[in-house]
Amino acid sequence: MLLEVTLSGVTLGGMYALVAMGLTLQYGVARIMNLSYGELLIAAAFAALWFYSGLALSPLLGLLVVPPLAFALSYAIYRILLQPLVRRAKTRDALEVDSILATFGLLFVIQGVMLAAFGGAYYSYSFLSIPLHIAGATVAANRLLALVLAVVIGLGLYLALTRTRLGTAVRAVAVDPVAAQLVAIDVRTASALAFALGGALVAAAGVLVSMFLTFNANLGVVFTLKALVVVIMGGVGNLLGALIAGLVLGLVENYVAVFVDPGLTLAATYAIFLLVLLVRPQGLLGRSSR
Amino acid sequence: MSRRETLSILAGALATAILACVPFLFGDYGLSLAINIVSYAVLATAWSLFSGPTRYVSLATVAFFGIGAYTTAVFAETLPWPAVLAIAAVIGVVVAAIVGLSTLRLSGVYFVIFSFGLAELVRQLVTWWEVNKTRTLGRYVFTDITAAQIYWQLLALAVLVFVVGFLIGRSRLGLALRAIGDDETVARHTGIDTTRAKVALFVLSTVFMTLTGAIMAPRWTYIDPAIAFNPVVSFTVLIMALLGGVHRLYGPVLGVVPLALLFEFLLARFPNHFSIMVGLVFILIVYAIPRGIAGLVEQAVRRPA
Amino acid sequence: MSALLQVEGLTRRFGGLTAVDALSFSIEPGEVVGLLGPNGSGKTTVLNLLSGALRADTGRIAFKGQEIGGRAVHTIARLGVARTFQLVRPLASLSCHDNVLTGLAFGRSRAWGATARATADTLLERVGLGRARDTLPAELTYIDQKRLELARALALQPELLLLDEWLAGLNPTELEEGIALIRSLSGQGITILLVEHVMDAIRSLCGRLLVMNTGRLIASGPPQQVLANPEVVRAYLGDDGDTGGGDA
Repeated sequence: MLLEVTLSGVTLGGMYALVAMGLTLQYGVARIMNLSYGELLIAAAFAALWFYSGLALSPLLGLLVVPPLAFALSYAIYRILLQPLVRRAKTRDALEVDSILATFGLLFVIQGVMLAAFGGAYYSYSFLSIPLHIAGATVAANRLLALVLAVVIGLGLYLALTRTRLGTAVRAVAVDPVAAQLVAIDVRTASALAFALGGALVAAAGVLVSMFLTFNANLGVVFTLKALVVVIMGGVGNLLGALIAGLVLGLVENYVAVFVDPGLTLAATYAIFLLVLLVRPQGLLGRSSR
Repeated sequence: MSRRETLSILAGALATAILACVPFLFGDYGLSLAINIVSYAVLATAWSLFSGPTRYVSLATVAFFGIGAYTTAVFAETLPWPAVLAIAAVIGVVVAAIVGLSTLRLSGVYFVIFSFGLAELVRQLVTWWEVNKTRTLGRYVFTDITAAQIYWQLLALAVLVFVVGFLIGRSRLGLALRAIGDDETVARHTGIDTTRAKVALFVLSTVFMTLTGAIMAPRWTYIDPAIAFNPVVSFTVLIMALLGGVHRLYGPVLGVVPLALLFEFLLARFPNHFSIMVGLVFILIVYAIPRGIAGLVEQAVRRPA
Repeated sequence: MSALLQVEGLTRRFGGLTAVDALSFSIEPGEVVGLLGPNGSGKTTVLNLLSGALRADTGRIAFKGQEIGGRAVHTIARLGVARTFQLVRPLASLSCHDNVLTGLAFGRSRAWGATARATADTLLERVGLGRARDTLPAELTYIDQKRLELARALALQPELLLLDEWLAGLNPTELEEGIALIRSLSGQGITILLVEHVMDAIRSLCGRLLVMNTGRLIASGPPQQVLANPEVVRAYLGDDGDTGGGDA
């Protein structure tokens, strides 16, 4: 029992980690606090649903199609909607406030479109829901697959950011946009790419999540909130921190849902968040700044 | 007191007197529209009381509004009305103080994130409580309070929020908040206990939101957590305050009136696409009128001079 | 113990860098002390530790015999420690008068109302900004913004004034006025610790100098003696090994 709950907690945590990695790219690099982030996850989940039940194709195929689309969409959103705000903002704080407001509006637009298309009902589909037996515990194959894919994608991102030229440029912008400009990094392009990459990641997570969770058009806000909490817990811009914090959150939520009460999972999220804020406001792995 | 201030007070008193006559002048529809407008006027003004000077975007308006509404739903039948309002205010103060003390001493982002999910958290907690402890989800609100009485209470609350805002503007706290809005580090170095000032103002502003919810609850005969904690309320309040302008006390009201009318129209015409419309209106406001109508008015006044 | 400020073993690290390293010194009431050192030697960090903007990793700071290390910034300000910032930080949306009023309203005097407003005007006159009472800081020249910041610090009625390169960037006339102003503050009994690079000002104002290099105190004493100290010269001009190199 404990092992089963732990395993499904790790799966959920892996999703949170993936989602948070995308958000930490958007917030840490592009400096956009994107409140409509979770809506993209839900939109991707609907897309995967459509792939499976509409086109009778595997959602895994969706994984090849949806994230690139989300990348393009996010890139367009950044260039068209957010760059004017970046130009207008005098300080980082001003940009933060403006981006919160603009993406808050965007949240309602995307959510409204999904509500108009799908209504408020819950959706799910059954893909690879074969029970697997591992060390005496039972896990659904779709969950395990989602976890494996999340690990692959997360690892790929980590390597891309630490081992490639472009990745290094993106990390440089996260640390100091002004200094990055001085060493001839195109900060605007790097920011747009980071934002778009964040969008692709959350879309990938959306496809994976749709394989084993039921979802509805209103659920985006919850994912945004959890991603934000994970990002803050892990330390802004810290990928490893996001991974650890995501796993912690997934595990705690699952334990609370199974052993305490499923109605209290969000309360558990908040409790952890508060604890981190009070004890380590710079994040689990964050360093206190100068 | 300057001449301008005396004039604004006189104008305010006159406007209040005229507005108090609304229930006698218009029919049911007019009154319900007026209730809507005045309640949003209180919420938006209270919102910008805190968020205007501190620049902390609070997304939690409906958390407090809902707490107020639920308090009425639970106690209205058994307790006298003033006691219900007092309980609502106390619960609102306690929640606001917990949220404020744990997040407002840190950078603004923590507060935004916390407030973003607060309504959802309270909604889930109330739902959990109702399902597990009272075994009911949803309550009927039976009171003998009429629509006109609700309107007058809201109007009185609106007057109160303006008086409080006016007094804060002239007080030490007002100066502290403007300093914090400019540069928090400097504010601390001039001896301002910034956390205390922010928490005090946050608590004050949320009391008005809680009371609005408590007063409004009898308008619905039935409420459940989804109705009382509807996030669209937080969003609407935010748009209205921003459209009006948060740098002046009278600003938010300038946004409330046109938007309340517009939303009334949109809700009637496009009930299924309402949130898309609202989202678009909001984005438009953020881009086109960042300093709000009050900012435009001031520019227009300043230019010919 | 008669020292106004007593610092013992003050240490602050940023990651792997020790910005302030086991620093100890004391300041007597009425002194004007200069804090010197090459860029990056930790001077501003010391001021930030003293004003409470940063917390020390280890060490003690006693002001008037009272431990202030780890206290909140506003508490320290109310006890009578005021500061200016290296890059001026006026409160942008407040008039000059209201900028000064913040210090009066929340500092030691807790003044409010007509008296506070009158005192604010007096302080603005004092630093030579009487005419700019209702102006916004953005409309002031750089030197006037510096004056404004000083007036705001004085509004706290400080016993210890921390000046972070307050004289930097002034032209010769302004510098002379600035030096005269600081001297008059000292004459009024305010103890002053100034971080400064302008040598003329240091020589004419400071009774004693503290010199830092890479977070450590390397010299302390009267100006002539300290400025002639070989270690101080080396800190500013580089090691012998460097000067022996071929980049001259």
